[in-house]
Amino acid sequence: METIKNDTFVLGGKEFHSRFILGSGKFSQQLIRDVMEYGGSEIATIALRRANADSPENILDYLPKNLTLLPNTSGARNADEAVRIARLSRALGCGDFVKVEVIPDTKYLLPDNAETIRATEILSKEGFHVLPYMYPDLIAARRLADAGAAAIMPLGAPIGSNKGLRTKDFIQILIDEIDLPIIVDAGIGAPSQACEAMEMGAAAVMANTAVATADNCPMMAHAFKLAIEAGRAAYLAKLGRVLESGAEASSPLTGFLQD
Amino acid sequence: MQVNGVSIPLEKPQTLLEFLNEKGYNLHRIAVERNEKIEAKEDYATILLQDSDVIEIVSFMGGGAC
Repeated sequence: METIKNDTFVLGGKEFHSRFILGSGKFSQQLIRDVMEYGGSEIATIALRRANADSPENILDYLPKNLTLLPNTSGARNADEAVRIARLSRALGCGDFVKVEVIPDTKYLLPDNAETIRATEILSKEGFHVLPYMYPDLIAARRLADAGAAAIMPLGAPIGSNKGLRTKDFIQILIDEIDLPIIVDAGIGAPSQACEAMEMGAAAVMANTAVATADNCPMMAHAFKLAIEAGRAAYLAKLGRVLESGAEASSPLTGFLQD
Repeated sequence: MQVNGVSIPLEKPQTLLEFLNEKGYNLHRIAVERNEKIEAKEDYATILLQDSDVIEIVSFMGGGAC
């Protein structure tokens, strides 16, 4: 049991205990603190937008102070825009982490892997810890690793869809072949799906919409926390084998009363 | 000037710091890009705005993806 107690997750040289990354979108600012607390998250994503002088409230005033902030490059349609957003995010003084998203497609919100690789290369050279959001493709993931990514964030299903691990087999290939943390991002709709990703060997799971569209957001965040911990423990414990056919009794087949 | 995509006339000589304070921005929560260059906070007081400036003032908000 020591293994699970000492199980930590290192990203960009920083050690984390929680493997649940929460997106901070779609919540009221009053709700966000409860969601973070019940989810036990140590990392939260945030987005950069044009500032509005008329609204003095800011997301940073509502997030717990000990959180590691992971700004995303949402809105970027190519690598240059992602680089610009990442640099502005760093200028806001919240560290060197960045979740690179390059999304030219407005219907399915699918990422452009080639531009994502280009942005990852530029930003890694500038000292960012880059977590690229990507379509789960082995060759692109290898290029992201070569470009200096700190982790890889493959999508499970289209953003905000709550459809679950539709790309399961391809995510498994990344887990097996890429020597970086694989963080399943996008599309995860239920704690059971997050648990499954963790059982497969994902390093962490990110969710936002699944929690934000639940009736009770803090309780759903808590459910995700438990599911991710369960999946991680199951992965470390190594799942039992599956029989091809037939059955195997779990108690001795001798000493029955009728013998 | 263009500020966050909106055309604003520069009526008097003004520093970036004076402009931001006048508009009511919280300086701790914003970053400023002027003509595609990110300006350091310590320079705001010495940057004299030009009518041709294109300025983006950004801050963080909640977001997961997109």
